[in-house]
Amino acid sequence: MKKLVVIGAGMASGRALEHLFEADPSAYEVTLFNAEPRGNYNRIMLSPVLSGEKSFAEIVTHDDDWYAANKVACRFGERVVSIDTKAKVVTGEKGEVPYDKLLIATGSAPFIIPVPGKDLKGVVAYRDLEDTNAMIEASATPGAKAVVIGGGLLGLEAAAGLRLRGMEVTVIHLMGHLMERQLDPSAGYLLQKDLEKRGIAILTNASTKAIVGSEKVEGVELADGTVIPADLVVMAVGIRPETTVAKAAGLDVGRGVKVSPQMTTSDPDVLALGECVEFEGLLFGLVAPLYDQAKVVAKTLLGEEAAFVPKELSTKLKVTGCDLFSAGDFMEADGREDIVLRDPARGVYRRVVLEGDRVVGAVMYGDTAEGSWFFDLIREGTNVAEMRDTLIFGQAYQGGASLDPMAAVAALPDEAEICGCNGVCKGTIVSAIKSQGLTTLDEVKAVTKASASCGQCASKVEQVLAFTLGDAFKGAARKTMCKCTDLGHGEVREAIRAKGLKSIPAVMQELGWKTPNGCATCRPALNYYLVCDWPGEYVDDGRSRFINERVHANIQKDGTFSVVPRMWGGLTTAAELRAIADIAEKHQVPLVKMTGGQRIDLLGIEKENLPAIWKDLNDVGLVSGHAYSKGLRTVKTCVGKSWCRFGTQDSMGLGVKLEKLMWASWTPAKVKLGVSGCPRNCSESTVKDIGIICVDSGYDLHISGAAGLHVRATDLLCHVDTEEELLEYAGAVLQMYREGAWYLERVYKWQERVGFDTIKAAIVEDAASRKAYWERFLASQKVAQVDPWAERVAGLERHEFSPITIVPALAAE
Amino acid sequence: MTTWYDICTFDEIPAMAARTVRFGAREIAVFRTADDHVFALENKCPHKGGPLSEGIVHGRKVACPLHNWVIDLESGKATGADEGCAEEFPVKLEAGRIRLGLPADAAAAE
Repeated sequence: MKKLVVIGAGMASGRALEHLFEADPSAYEVTLFNAEPRGNYNRIMLSPVLSGEKSFAEIVTHDDDWYAANKVACRFGERVVSIDTKAKVVTGEKGEVPYDKLLIATGSAPFIIPVPGKDLKGVVAYRDLEDTNAMIEASATPGAKAVVIGGGLLGLEAAAGLRLRGMEVTVIHLMGHLMERQLDPSAGYLLQKDLEKRGIAILTNASTKAIVGSEKVEGVELADGTVIPADLVVMAVGIRPETTVAKAAGLDVGRGVKVSPQMTTSDPDVLALGECVEFEGLLFGLVAPLYDQAKVVAKTLLGEEAAFVPKELSTKLKVTGCDLFSAGDFMEADGREDIVLRDPARGVYRRVVLEGDRVVGAVMYGDTAEGSWFFDLIREGTNVAEMRDTLIFGQAYQGGASLDPMAAVAALPDEAEICGCNGVCKGTIVSAIKSQGLTTLDEVKAVTKASASCGQCASKVEQVLAFTLGDAFKGAARKTMCKCTDLGHGEVREAIRAKGLKSIPAVMQELGWKTPNGCATCRPALNYYLVCDWPGEYVDDGRSRFINERVHANIQKDGTFSVVPRMWGGLTTAAELRAIADIAEKHQVPLVKMTGGQRIDLLGIEKENLPAIWKDLNDVGLVSGHAYSKGLRTVKTCVGKSWCRFGTQDSMGLGVKLEKLMWASWTPAKVKLGVSGCPRNCSESTVKDIGIICVDSGYDLHISGAAGLHVRATDLLCHVDTEEELLEYAGAVLQMYREGAWYLERVYKWQERVGFDTIKAAIVEDAASRKAYWERFLASQKVAQVDPWAERVAGLERHEFSPITIVPALAAE
Repeated sequence: MTTWYDICTFDEIPAMAARTVRFGAREIAVFRTADDHVFALENKCPHKGGPLSEGIVHGRKVACPLHNWVIDLESGKATGADEGCAEEFPVKLEAGRIRLGLPADAAAAE
């Protein structure tokens, strides 16, 4: 196998490797150097990470598993020191790697303006995760001030993100208006106004003289002598291709590493792509052309013919609420004419630049829906003489077509680009939808990569879906349970009760299921609905449960399981801990960990060993903690009045009572409780599904907190005076949730759907209704509270835990 | 050349379930569908290697327990948007017993 060394694990080289492995996974053995101590992530999305709208994990494009699966030798956190093109060897900080082909993808370095103080602590660029984290950290100090130098795309995204994080932000821009390379002065003005409305101060025509401060940055001094105080200075004035290593290796370097249309450098065995290259005098900073280059790189590496052709580019700013679009060339020049539309009240500005009968540029602000249509006109060089009078109003006004956005999508030619990041055109999406029966945005994303990078074209992709599928497109308006039925969760739940359906086949038959025995989405839901509605009558269908609930342990990525015994209210004893320690040693448990729910997790258990470890746990009185279930998980407690000098009630005791009341109940989604002994809330009750805050006068019962994908504080349902009342109210609200929520809907989602007032009315204001829920809950618990581990230790579903082993010598015929 | 191995009786696999068969270092999942057909696939999802035997069997498909890829039991191929294939093995029913066919060289290699 030939050896390929790649320097730089950014978006461009990442995409090139994807194309390479897709076309021929066995062509190259790849070594990947990256100066950053991590693999490839979607750098464009650092802005949402900075603003807190996304987490870093969400923007990772290639994780460790991906590199492992493609057998990429990763040298992350290691800089390349030199390249010897004669000997074909790359030298990294930790040693040499020979290559047959080399790919340089070193990207770009931020341009740091050479002013005094540029090296002070607190001066950062905005380029990678380290910078982003430094900015997030700086924003954590209340009242901290930031100055962003540079009012371009990157600088403004940084400013908006820091402002969202609560900093006082000033943007210093050398030119007369913001984003002067993408916007004309009018659009720049509207943008400035919008940003100022968000509390960002903007200084244009402002030149930085020095960054002041003794040990760390204290402010920025402008040419006119003004000093703006700052705890953080972000330099976002531009980038330059990072060519140091390439230059030292003797490759032909201008502003960037010079490349041919095949993406080869002056050495035919060395390729380059991305922000570090120069092609016919052009540099590249946006992602779309880099992805085009990546396709060419993969082909060149495989000896196939391909040539890179730069295309027109369009820009959008990723600042939520600032809607701007620019494409093409909009400088004023001889022979050019402008058509402009303004709507000051709405803050809308639209300008189209014509050269003869062709559109060469477009700038819009405030309403950018027509942006991609104008972009298509620019790229295709369409003759617009016929529609000149109405051109500025957009596509909907041409040729008497309707205003319906669907019609606009329908009118697009097949080669119209829908996703700019990944270069996916309408025709590709339509044929993928038709040939593979796609029905959702996610499916289209997975198959075509459309909207998989920056996501701004998502609504357009949905329109293509709607137009292609016609009536078959369900959209977001009406959600069916899954593809097996046209009914929604609510309708199915009602029918189960109204028709008295008591088995999965009965539901499927009576409600006209379209598949013989459902799918992995509807079967677990139906099983839950039946368990909930017919306690004691319905026989649980293990075959319709996810693996975790079927074998009462949590499956891990390597196929082993984790085992979590229940610790009532988070309480344990020395004897119990000693027993757990002994069991962990006896079964050689690879990892013992404290969970976030005040108990102990034993990880890495082989499935066939589960019954043995359960038996040992049962023998010392420990039962299943249901850490795997859509059911009651934990009741977290603080020590409360019995120990804490601030405690107002016995929070531990109450926590144990609640857990004893609710354990082993199946619920639509997992349920976590917390009981705090005083409003200091050490048990974090206000982010639990059900949270109790003890106060001097009794108990505050909260519901609908969340601290997962979404973070949400609870709402106070009511105050009660005694523990007995508290148990009844909490049990009743849990039962209402069990009966009313849709499968996998957490308590807060359920509340958002049915309304907090509805819940309050049924549980707090109507005593008879509360009592009825409470009694139904108790009845249901009577049959549910059996330790599933003990049942399996006793032999239930033994086949689950015993693999068949073939001994070839004996079995062969 | 295929070598046939006797696995278990038909009744030892519940409907809409699977059992695993260990063969040297290899693990093969033997599935029984609701309509009483039997299929055998390598017990490894083409996505991230999840144990297919632990998935929910529906129709002639199984949903991987790790990330819900849906694998066609007849071909071993991923369905829908996903691409990939789990190796499939021949199975036959003889007198109420399930027999699994493995390539003869695989036996030699173990």
